[in-house]
Amino acid sequence: MRNIFLFIRRYFTFLCFVALQVLCIVMLSRSSKTHEAFFTNSVNEVTGRVNQQYSNFSTYFSLKENNRLLAEENSHLRNLLKQDYAAPDSSFKTYIDSLQKDSSARTYRKFRFLPAYVVGNSISSQTNYIILERGSKQGVKKGMAVIGPNGIAGVVIDVSDNFSRAMSLLHRSSKVSAMLKKDNNFGSIEWDGTSPYYLTLKNISKGAKVAKGDTVVTSTYSANFPPGFVIGTVAAISSDASSNFYTLKIKTATDFFTLQYVDLVENTRYEEQMKLEAIKPKANE
Amino acid sequence: MSSIVKNIIRFILFILVQVFVLDKVPPLHQFIVPYVYFLYILWLPFNINRFVLLLVGFLFGLSLDYFSGTPGLHAACCTLIAFLRPFLLNLLIPQETTEQSYIEPSIKSMGAAPYALYVTLFTFIHHFYLVLIEWLQFGNFLYFITKVAATTGISLLLIFITEILFFRKAKFKTNAA
Repeated sequence: MRNIFLFIRRYFTFLCFVALQVLCIVMLSRSSKTHEAFFTNSVNEVTGRVNQQYSNFSTYFSLKENNRLLAEENSHLRNLLKQDYAAPDSSFKTYIDSLQKDSSARTYRKFRFLPAYVVGNSISSQTNYIILERGSKQGVKKGMAVIGPNGIAGVVIDVSDNFSRAMSLLHRSSKVSAMLKKDNNFGSIEWDGTSPYYLTLKNISKGAKVAKGDTVVTSTYSANFPPGFVIGTVAAISSDASSNFYTLKIKTATDFFTLQYVDLVENTRYEEQMKLEAIKPKANE
Repeated sequence: MSSIVKNIIRFILFILVQVFVLDKVPPLHQFIVPYVYFLYILWLPFNINRFVLLLVGFLFGLSLDYFSGTPGLHAACCTLIAFLRPFLLNLLIPQETTEQSYIEPSIKSMGAAPYALYVTLFTFIHHFYLVLIEWLQFGNFLYFITKVAATTGISLLLIFITEILFFRKAKFKTNAA
């Protein structure tokens, strides 16, 4: 017994060092798997506030660019207004299908958009995150999609009271279902950790006629993202002779360097879909 | 200014500079990530208790981690250099003279060559361990080696600039303190 105490006393610093290292590794592995690190919630609030101070200051530098983007988006939305589509008066009756409730008076609405302000954003590491000033009190949930003015940006993974943390598309574990806009060939968008300007689109079948400059949009398979939002354009095509798939290099539509206002998208049937996808289909016996 | 207050201010400044300046720099290349924050641990006083040094290193790394969203990554590297620091200092400096007459490691208190060796070694150890952990999660070997080399290079350059900009007057320890 005495020897044990002596041993502990002698190697106290070393034992502490080993304990702290183990703690670090455990935290790291837990955070990258489940994204629920120790007391993340409270710490998120603190780092969120500091980030907010910083971005309050740094927004002034990109006001001009943001104005331009907002004006562009406005004009785009105005073009979609119902009165723009009024048919010229003719003998037949036009129906404008704007009924959004079914017979039982429940809404059909599937996606809801919430604006959010970016207070923190990293691009230089292998695991990049976007911090948003909007949290569970303002209706943010885990798994919500983050969409910038030009294209998609990430998925929410941590939510605290007033802030939330989203995994950027520029994250080594990020994976988003995507398709080519022109012929709906499906694939998945990943990031290889090299350049913040480019993503990788994998598993596009060789049957697809891909050309440089083709637009890639979110697919209808995705549970978080509404279909048809721009991800980027094809910048390079490489085909591996041993597989039946293309690997495409995609130029991101979103400029991750200047991200400031984004929309969070809630899929109101997200949980239902996740639940169904988690069930393993029974094999025929 | 007392040593504790000075080190607390340094703690905050190093974290803020790393998070809001160096991490915001547009990446020049995928291998180059500028780091200087760990210089804080290298600048801690000579006579700090080894256990306290470990704890400070851990907390320092952890607070950076919570900004970058990778809890444990930088903390692991900081505890490693905090653990190794006393051993290397013992090797590099003549015990009797320096440790008793100067407060903290600097060019003046250790001499240019030992101090350069001290900083270079720890920069290398820090990046080696940091990229190793990253590499174990994802990546290939070439990526690992080149990233360690490139990041160490850029960090040393930054530390060199920091040393010139913030020239620390090597203070003698007085008996009164």
